[in-house]
Amino acid sequence: MSKSKSRRKKKTEWKRYDDRKPEELRTLKIETGVLPNADGSAYIEMGRNKIIVGVFGPREMHPKRFSKPNEAVLRCRYHMAPFSTDPRRSPAPSRRDNEISMVMRYALEPAVFLERYPRSVIDVYAEILQADGGTRTACINAASVALVDAGIPMRDLVASCAAGKMEDNLILDLGDYEDKEGQADVPVAYMPKLEKVTLLQMDGILSTDEFEKCIDMAIEGCKQIYEVQRESLKKKYGVEEKEAEE
Amino acid sequence: MSSRQGIVSRLKKKKIEEVLAGGKRMDGRSFDQYRDIVINTGVIDKAEGSAECFLGKSRVIVGVKVGLGTPFEDTPDKGVLMCNAEYTPIAHPTFEPGPPDENSIELARVVDRGLRSAEIIDFSKLALVPGKVVQMVHVDIYVINYDGNLIDCSALAAIAALQATKMPVYKVKDGEIELTNKKQDLKLRCMPVAVTFVKIGDQLIVDPSVDEEEVMDMRLTLTLDENNNICTTQKSGSEGLTQEEIKKGINMAVEKAAENRSKITGTD
Repeated sequence: MSKSKSRRKKKTEWKRYDDRKPEELRTLKIETGVLPNADGSAYIEMGRNKIIVGVFGPREMHPKRFSKPNEAVLRCRYHMAPFSTDPRRSPAPSRRDNEISMVMRYALEPAVFLERYPRSVIDVYAEILQADGGTRTACINAASVALVDAGIPMRDLVASCAAGKMEDNLILDLGDYEDKEGQADVPVAYMPKLEKVTLLQMDGILSTDEFEKCIDMAIEGCKQIYEVQRESLKKKYGVEEKEAEE
Repeated sequence: MSSRQGIVSRLKKKKIEEVLAGGKRMDGRSFDQYRDIVINTGVIDKAEGSAECFLGKSRVIVGVKVGLGTPFEDTPDKGVLMCNAEYTPIAHPTFEPGPPDENSIELARVVDRGLRSAEIIDFSKLALVPGKVVQMVHVDIYVINYDGNLIDCSALAAIAALQATKMPVYKVKDGEIELTNKKQDLKLRCMPVAVTFVKIGDQLIVDPSVDEEEVMDMRLTLTLDENNNICTTQKSGSEGLTQEEIKKGINMAVEKAAENRSKITGTD
């Protein structure tokens, strides 16, 4: 990934390419229950990212040897549609896809009561329809909502967003351009109620001070996303609550 | 497309046959009635063209990506159109991730043949430097939800996506290719539409649902252009059909293709 040299800094206010404030998130929309055949599902639009996540399970594991006798296996799959990026990409999974599938699993596992479903599997399939930087964070946001939609008991929702550095400014929720041209990118996933970070990656160059600031910024972003996640669930399940009261 | 579960419930088959014998279908449709069709275009702005088609609860997104590549050796002065289908595991509990299986390959190939044999695009216009560089049109079919009859759903989405495609314009000077900022519509020469029906017992029904696909004896897809020329056919399922049934199928397809075509052009 190319990191452009920092341009000459003007005294005037620095602006992001899409005119956001440094600590401002992209537009965020989450919708639950979008797939009739899945046990749980969510659709997220985070900036220009468009992602559908489907959750199936808990169900029997195939092949059986991968199942665990004491708990369920959370199996995540991150997959990009051939038309999701500017040049067409091959539908076969890449090394990058496999790694993101893994970090997604590690980000979500701490939130799920896996020990309730020994010998079974919970499949989390994320399909990226359009990619715009920060797809892994968007996937985690949608996946944790989809897990709740599937009725799987959770300790907390996992919210995720990235912070980073571009042209010597620290910024929140990097878009595609900032991801490619910026100096650093720190994706973070966070469980706001339990106050635990479940995903932490970083690429680029940051001082220790900047790194800590980035994490703080990202956690603040996660807390805002958490509210949107809750709203999306209330939209689907809040109505039933009302009916129950009546 | 044989059973998704591996085993066909005999009870289910019997019940569906009984209802059909009474002149009805499980979901209340008549034998020649399609489920509701909704087509939206421009759903993926990173693709040069895109469309989403709902056929009942079946849902397919098609993205068209245009790139450069080398032509096939036997057609050096023609561009290339390629169809690919992905059965995403979110579409049905029995769909698994992995390389395409025979069902998704069949889906891609039947849609592909429909577009290609109808000569939907003037491929010679896609050649930039004949023999060396041509434009490649990738049509990617992405199945989001499976509720039966993916072929018709995908074929409709593919045509709608191609119709909405904005092609990048290249300037060619002495073998050098330069990308310009201009875009132009991809001109379609015709509108092939697929009509699929299945035979269950003695009955022919269009637009099979998941359950009907599961218990069907035979399936036939006919793709027709607006002049009612047949562009491609595909028969599958382990049962034969009589000439009379083929004729009946063609008549049904002519009527239904025109009806569904109007859903794309918006002239209904």
